[in-house]
This record gives sequence, C-alpha cells and structure tokens, in this order.
Amino acid sequence: MKQKRKKIDYAKWGYLFILPFFVCFFIFSFIPLIDTIRYSFFEYYRSGIKEIGPNFIGLANYISLIGSDMLKYAGNTLILWVIGFIPQIVIALLLASWFVDARLKIRGTQFFKVVIYLPNLIMASAFAMLFFTMFSTNGPINSILMNLGWISERIDFLGSVFGTRTLVGLMNFLMWFGNTTIMLMAAIMGISPDIFEASEIDGCNSVHRFFYITLPLIRPILAYTLITSIIGGLQMFDVPQILTNGQGTPDRTSMTLIMFLNSHLKSKNYGMAGALSVYLFIVSGILCFFVYRMTNDNDPDGSKAAAKRAKKQRRK
Amino acid sequence: MKSKMGNTFRTVFAHVVLIFLSFLCLFFFYILFVNATRSHADLQKGFSALPGSYLLQNLKNVANDGTFPMIRGILNSLIVSGCSAAICTYFSALTAYGLYAYDFKVKKVAFTFIMAILVMPTQVTAMGFLRLITNMGMYDSLLPLIIPSIASPAVFYFMYSYLQSSLPLSLIEAARIDGSGEFHTFNRIVIPIMKPAIAVQAIFTFVGCWNNYFVPALVIQSKDKMTVPILIATLRGADFMSFDMGKIYMMIMVAIVPIILVYLLLSKFIIAGVTLGGVKE
Amino acid sequence: MKKKVISMFLVASMTAGMLAGCGSGSDAGTNDVADAGTNDVADAGTTEEGKVINIYSWNKEFRERVEAVYPEVKETSKDGTVTTLNDGTEIHWIINPNQDGVYQQKLDEALMRQADAPADDKVDIFLSETDYVNKYTDADADVAMPLTDLGIDPETDLADQYSFTKVTASDVNGVQRGSTWQCCPGLLVYRRDIAKDVFGTDDPEEIGENVKDWDTLKATAEKLKEKGYFTFSSYADTFRLYGNSIANSWVSPGETTIKIDQKIMDWVSDSKEWLDAGYLDKNVKGQWNDDWNKAMSSTSKVFAFLFPAWGIDFTLKDNWDGGDGAWGVTNPPQEYNWGGSYIHACTGTDNPQHVKEIILALTADKDNLLKISREYADFTNTQSGMQDAATNDKEFSSDFLGGQNAYTYFTPVADSIEIAPLSAYDQGCVELIQNAFSDYFQGQVDFDKAKSNFETAIIERYPDITEIQWPQ
Repeated sequence: MKQKRKKIDYAKWGYLFILPFFVCFFIFSFIPLIDTIRYSFFEYYRSGIKEIGPNFIGLANYISLIGSDMLKYAGNTLILWVIGFIPQIVIALLLASWFVDARLKIRGTQFFKVVIYLPNLIMASAFAMLFFTMFSTNGPINSILMNLGWISERIDFLGSVFGTRTLVGLMNFLMWFGNTTIMLMAAIMGISPDIFEASEIDGCNSVHRFFYITLPLIRPILAYTLITSIIGGLQMFDVPQILTNGQGTPDRTSMTLIMFLNSHLKSKNYGMAGALSVYLFIVSGILCFFVYRMTNDNDPDGSKAAAKRAKKQRRK
Repeated sequence: MKSKMGNTFRTVFAHVVLIFLSFLCLFFFYILFVNATRSHADLQKGFSALPGSYLLQNLKNVANDGTFPMIRGILNSLIVSGCSAAICTYFSALTAYGLYAYDFKVKKVAFTFIMAILVMPTQVTAMGFLRLITNMGMYDSLLPLIIPSIASPAVFYFMYSYLQSSLPLSLIEAARIDGSGEFHTFNRIVIPIMKPAIAVQAIFTFVGCWNNYFVPALVIQSKDKMTVPILIATLRGADFMSFDMGKIYMMIMVAIVPIILVYLLLSKFIIAGVTLGGVKE
Repeated sequence: MKKKVISMFLVASMTAGMLAGCGSGSDAGTNDVADAGTNDVADAGTTEEGKVINIYSWNKEFRERVEAVYPEVKETSKDGTVTTLNDGTEIHWIINPNQDGVYQQKLDEALMRQADAPADDKVDIFLSETDYVNKYTDADADVAMPLTDLGIDPETDLADQYSFTKVTASDVNGVQRGSTWQCCPGLLVYRRDIAKDVFGTDDPEEIGENVKDWDTLKATAEKLKEKGYFTFSSYADTFRLYGNSIANSWVSPGETTIKIDQKIMDWVSDSKEWLDAGYLDKNVKGQWNDDWNKAMSSTSKVFAFLFPAWGIDFTLKDNWDGGDGAWGVTNPPQEYNWGGSYIHACTGTDNPQHVKEIILALTADKDNLLKISREYADFTNTQSGMQDAATNDKEFSSDFLGGQNAYTYFTPVADSIEIAPLSAYDQGCVELIQNAFSDYFQGQVDFDKAKSNFETAIIERYPDITEIQWPQ
C-alpha cells in the first residue's frame, strides 16, 4: 500500500518535469503546425499583393506536387546528403577512436579537437559565400591549381553537376565532421575502461576492439548522429541555396526539398508549401522510425532490454 | 615488437590525417582573415595569400557606421544565444529526466510524440509561427527567439540517450532513501552527472542560435533588436550600389570571434567533463 | 480565423478579415479602415496630420535625398532611423534589405496590416523599384494612392518629368500612383586603354560609331576578339536592352498567360551566338557576383559595360582599382532604361500633407533635382534640367570619366526611351528566364530543356500563371 502511494507521487513529478516542454511545444510549434496542415488543403497564395483564397480544394495540392519534380528534388537531397555524410561518419569514427586511444600518443589533441570543430561555428551562409568566391572560375583555387601546373585550363566547378554536388558535400562534411567527432568521443569515453582492459587481456587488437566493443557500445549516440544528420540532410538549405543562388543550378540538379519549399514560401503559396511540408513531415517520420527501430530493437546480446525488464519488474 | 611498429606507423598516419584536416579547416578561416584585412579595391585585384593592411580601417568602417549597430547586435546575439542555450539544456535535461526516471501513464506516448516531432523542419511552421507571435504581441522582440528553445526535441533525445547510458536508477533510489526531494535530486545529483552532455548541447545550441538567420529575419524589425546574422544580411543587401566586401568579411570575422571565445572556454570544460564521466559506474 | 471563400480580394478588407478579433491595439485604427479608400484624402490639407511618418525603403539613398532637398528637415538621429522635421513630426525610416525579397516581404506584411494599424504605425510612404513597381501600382490592390488624391496634378506639377517615368508609375487605367526623382537611361561605358589598343582612339564619338547598333557592334566585337578582348562581360549585361524593347508585357492585364516576346528569344539566340563566338567572357555568369565585379577591374579583358548613371558612379567606380580617367562613355547600341526608385503615398496615410510636400520637393522641383544630380550623381527626372546639365560641362563633368560630361550622352537616350509595357510579374520573369537559359548558354541543357525549366520555375514563383506561350 505504502509503496503504491509513493509511486503515484512520483508520477506527479514526472508530469511536472515534462510539462514546460509540452506547453512550449504546443504553443510555438503545434499551433503553427496545425495551421500549416490546414492550409495544405486550400488554394491559398498571394498574387502581387492580393490574396487568392483560401479556397478549399481537397487534395489538389498534394496531387499536383506528385506531378511536379518533387521526387527529383528528393533524389538530389539524398545524393547531396550521402556525399557529405559518408565521409563525415567514417572520418569522425576514426578520429574519435584515435583521440581516446592512449597508445597512439597523439600530440596536441586539444588543438586538433578545437580546430576540427571550428568550421561548424561559421554561419552556413557565410561559409557558402566564402566557398562560392574561392571556387569561382576566376577564384583562388583555380589560380593555385594553375600555378601548381595541375590543370591547364580553369575548371568551372559550379558549372557542372559533379562539381556543384561535390562542393556541397564537401562543405557539409567540413562543417559537421568535427561536431560528430566530439559527440562520438564523448560516447566512447563513457565506455568503462574495464571493458577495454579486459579485451586487451583477451588479446584483442585495435581493429577488433573498435568493431566488437566500441561500435556496439556507442550505438545510442550513433543512432542520434544518424537521426540528426538525416533531419539536417532533409532540411539542407543554406549551403546549396547560396552556392547556386537559390536556383539549384545546373539544371536544378542541386535543388533540395527545402529549397523547393522555400521557393513556394517566397511566392507566398501557403497551400502548396503546406502540402509539401506535410510530405516532408511524413517522409522524415518514416525515415526516423526505421533508424530508431534498427538501432534500438537490434540489441545484440539483449542485455539492455533485459536490464530494462528487470528494472521494471523490480519496481513493480 | 611488431605491434609497437604498427602503433608507430598508426601514430604517424593519424598525425598526417589530422594535420591535413586541420589545414582544410583553418585554410578557410585564414582566407576569411586575409580578406578582412584588405580593402574592397584590393579584393578586386584578386586573391592574395598574405594579409593586407586594411584590418583596422575595415573594423572602423564596421564599428563607426551609425546605421549599423554592431556592438548592439553582438549583445543581442549574446543574450539570445546565451539564454536559449541555458533554458534549452536545462529544460531538455528536465524533460529527459522526467521521462527516464518516472513511470506514468502517458510516458510512452509522450516519448513517441517527441520522437515524431523531432523530424519537423522549422521552415514548415514558419508562417504560422509568425502569425501566432504577432497575435501574441511578441513581434519584434527577442522573446520568441528564446522561449521556443525550451522545446528542443533533438536536445531532449541526446539527453535521454545520455541518461540511459550514464544514470543508474539505483542512484535516484538511493537519493530518495536519503530523503532528497525530487527537484533537489535533479538539481544536485542528476545535473552534475549530466554536465558533459549539457556542455556539448549548450555549445551546439549556442552556435545554432548565434548563426540562426531564418527566424530572426521573420521576427525582428527594429535596428536595436537585430542579431548578428541579420546585420550581415543588411550589410550585404542594403546598399548594393556601394557595397564593400572588405566590410562584409570584417563583419563575418566580428561575428565568429565571440563564438570562438565561448567555444574555447567551454571546450576545456567538456574535455574535463568527459574524462570525469569515464570513471563512473 | 474563419475566412470566407473569396478570390481577388482587396488587401485592406482582407487584412480586416484576417486580423479582426486579434485584439490588442487594433482599435485605434478601425475607424480609418472603413474609409481608407481613395476618396477621403481629397481634402488632405485640412485634416489633422499624424505625428509620425513611416517610410519603407531598402537603403539610405532616399533618406539622404530627402535630407538634401526637403526644407522641413531639422535633423536625423545618429543611427539614421529617425529624422525630425521642423514642426516636430518624426520620420521613421524602416529599412529592409532588397536581397532575397526581404524588403517586399516586410512591406507586404505591413500593407496587409495597414488598415488595422494605429495611426502612427501606418505606412505613409514606401518605395518601389521599376522591376516591381507594377505590383504596387495595381488599381485593384489600391495600396499606392493616386497622386491626384494627394492634390498633385501630374499634368501640371510633374510636367517637366520624363514621360516614360510617369507611364511606369501609372496603373492600367493611366492613373499615376507614384513619382520618381530618378531616371535611369543607360550608356555604354568602355575602357579607354582597350579602345586605344584596338581602334587607335578613345574618342567617344568614334567609339560611338563602332557600337551604334547591334550589327556594327558585332563587327566591332570581332575586332576586339582578335586582340584578345571581350566586348561585354556576360549575357546578362545585354538583357536589359532586349527586355526593355518588348512589344507586349510579359503578362497582359487581367490574364494569366505569360507571352514571351520575340525580343527575348532574340536575346537568347544572340547571347548563345556571342558566347560561342567568344565575344563574352564565359567565366562570368550573370551579374552582382564576384566574377562580374572582377570583370570591372584593371586585370580584366572586358571592353565595355552597359550602365546607367548609378551603375557608373557606384558599381563601376567601386570595382575599378585603377586611377581616374580610365573609362569613357558613349551611346549604347540601343536605348534602354535600368532601374529607378518610385515614391508612393501609401493608402491610409495619416500624413497626406507631408507626403505631398515630400513627393513634390523630391520629384517636381527642378532646382532640387539638379542639386541631387550634383551631389549624388543621379540622372534626375527633369527634362529641362538635364538639358542644362548636358551643356554645363563645368559643373557636370566627371573626373572618373576623364573629364567627360556624361549628361551629353544620357540626355538623348532619356529622350528616346520607350518604356516596355510592364506587368506585376516582371521581376520573376526577368530573373528566371536569365537563370533558365544560363544553363543553355553554358551547354548544360538543350534549348527545349531550358524552356521547360523556365516554365517550372515561373509557375513555382507565380502560382496563378496558367500557361506559357513561346513565340513561333
């Protein structure tokens, strides 16, 4: 009896603790979101300074989006994200494991850690502006390459599909790999040193240690990185927007979904933008559901789930 | 012997990779710095690897422009980013703790819900958001830039993951037995344990807010409330007929220096925090 | 927020519907809403004037000109946000960057709120550029007041203005709803050293002969190419000349079909030809970017640019890293106009008398306009004044142009400008057609793909467009 009353008391605290979050979310995100969803069923835009609508048109916005190049932009977004994410996660894992490996005796770790995170501090738009200048046909990169004799003719980086996409990927990589490294490092350092010591006694080499101990144990943070990166990728906007002046040039091959959304917002087409938002919302929801399931249910030795069950049982 | 050789090789390799990456990162800062030290006319002549002598002049141009409240802008950005980082990390930790440590009916629903909204792009709700805060009388104020950061699903999820891996529930039980109140437990026991996670997320939030252009551009109207990114955009767009690239690079410099300082200060704390976290359990 | 199902609704009433019930602070303005139409300001002089004049603009250009010529100005605060007039009225300058359409977005928001705003928060004056002036002078939208309602008679008060500026600022019924101090006839600005190298002379008359029309210019371009020079920097440079001479507006009033003019297609085929022939620098893509700026520097191989007065004095001068006297001006191959900022009295203003005075002081007073020309190098909107300037070498010659008096070349261009018919869709059409065909010029896509890319982009920008017609 006594225990039960105590539990109810605690539940009250639980509600109290999560209250601010939900109140704030409700006001600043939920109401606007409902607004957005509602308008996705309307014809509602501005022509000049006259408002057209809102007229209820059912699913027409959704249907006309399917008929547009939306899927192509989704493909672009995916490609741009992959180009940036693969090197980012590989390098970050490598660096994080190096930094925490005492045997490697890396000098100036503090310095390196600070430096690799720096690009993340610059505004994406300013960074893109800088890149735009550097890689322009008359820009410094071309001059340097010419002086080194590596190329004989100026390369039009931003004029080709490959060049533009690579640059966007490179920028995303540079901006985020330091961030990811620090996060993964925090996770690796959270692993009890006992486990590493035990593995060493068992004769594990560094490669084995990495794949069989480090990697499985930092899975929650890896999942976090993956999820945030997917969301970031879906929301990719500043970099390609500024690099291509909002056009996704050449031939709209670097146009991302949010750039597409932005062009609807720019033309004040609330209905279409709303429908596109709902699509985005659904897609990102599905993606995250998969990642979440993949990383949480796939608990290899089942220890975590077992521990959880045990805890629950104990409390009951 | 062999493994020692291997280690030496790996050490050298690691250094080479690190130096290369550091070069890549610093290169862009260097270019930015060089450009900030040159006048617009110099910049026109093309790229130079050596800094010019225009640094102070550019700084003066930026600082003395009466129409362009640089100091005020930095102050506003500091207020917004600082407050956001503080309340965002605190309330996210609180929410994460609430969902982690307590059992109650809607727990599962609440968690799933937050995970679902994690994926919502901010641009999606921008127009509704603007209409809402206008109706609430918060248009052209710093509050709508700060308060919404209480509900940051991504930060919450990070905190939740961290709690899962580093806070044994037994510790809370122990605190309860010692007669510690729930709030007290959170503030005195849980927060210190979460320090590394809080530090990491504080930086991320701070940087995110500092660099945020989209929402402030919607909300802020008057000059004395503008944040740094809006000022840069104003500088770039206001007078395209007499624009001065030297000034723009300078302004970007000015915008990132404070953030680098804050980062350097906090980064030490993070490393210390992470090492502390390593010896627990 | 329950909304009626209406299309093509007036802004004022729309706003009233949207914000009704939102409460706070909207009470003060509700009385004005009902009669904020066009008729109530006719007796502007007698009504009580508000204490605050709100002016929407995108830079300090307009403020400086008001300070220079509006006699009532007492002082401006150091940060440039408030100007106090002699009678205590304050002008509040609301500046938003033109970039990324921020200015129009903020202005549109304010105009939507106009009806419900308290008197001192109402927009009194706003500015617009030629590219989108038509959006605001629209008769149905009725956000810019007809000048006659302010008590300004365009026939008499603005008789000395260039007539094409008056046409530009008029709605579809010919009612003038704005006025400008500026007139932007464009010239061909050339590098004197390149001219000497290729033609053996830098005399404007002789260079002018070499560039007098497109055919002659093409022959000249070949000569320049032989010596390793580009005629212009990019295909965007010549666009205005073609775009200014279209026969019909992009979208006819009341229609939702974009009709692309043959002139635009001429620009496409000529640009492709010129680019492939090497007359243009293929490294420069469009304007207002770094490559374009660099094309104006001493290391560049570009012979000429097409600029109006502001382009020479701000863009070119700022980007030129050599001494004075390196550039000269001459007649362009075709008359054109580029730019111009229009002053509009905003419907619902509570300061009609001040607004009227400001518009008259800035756009109808010859002495004031000549003063602006002298101090800010604008080509101003006074026919007789500009005639005077053209003959007054002493006061109007430019050191930057090696002592040349550019007005002698500007004036004949201004006299013969036929402004192309405008539509509210111009800004997007002009921008997007250049973007779409840029890929084609660079060889990234074929001609038909460029056309369909334009169609996609334009419908994204203007959802009400139903059809795009290309010339045969």
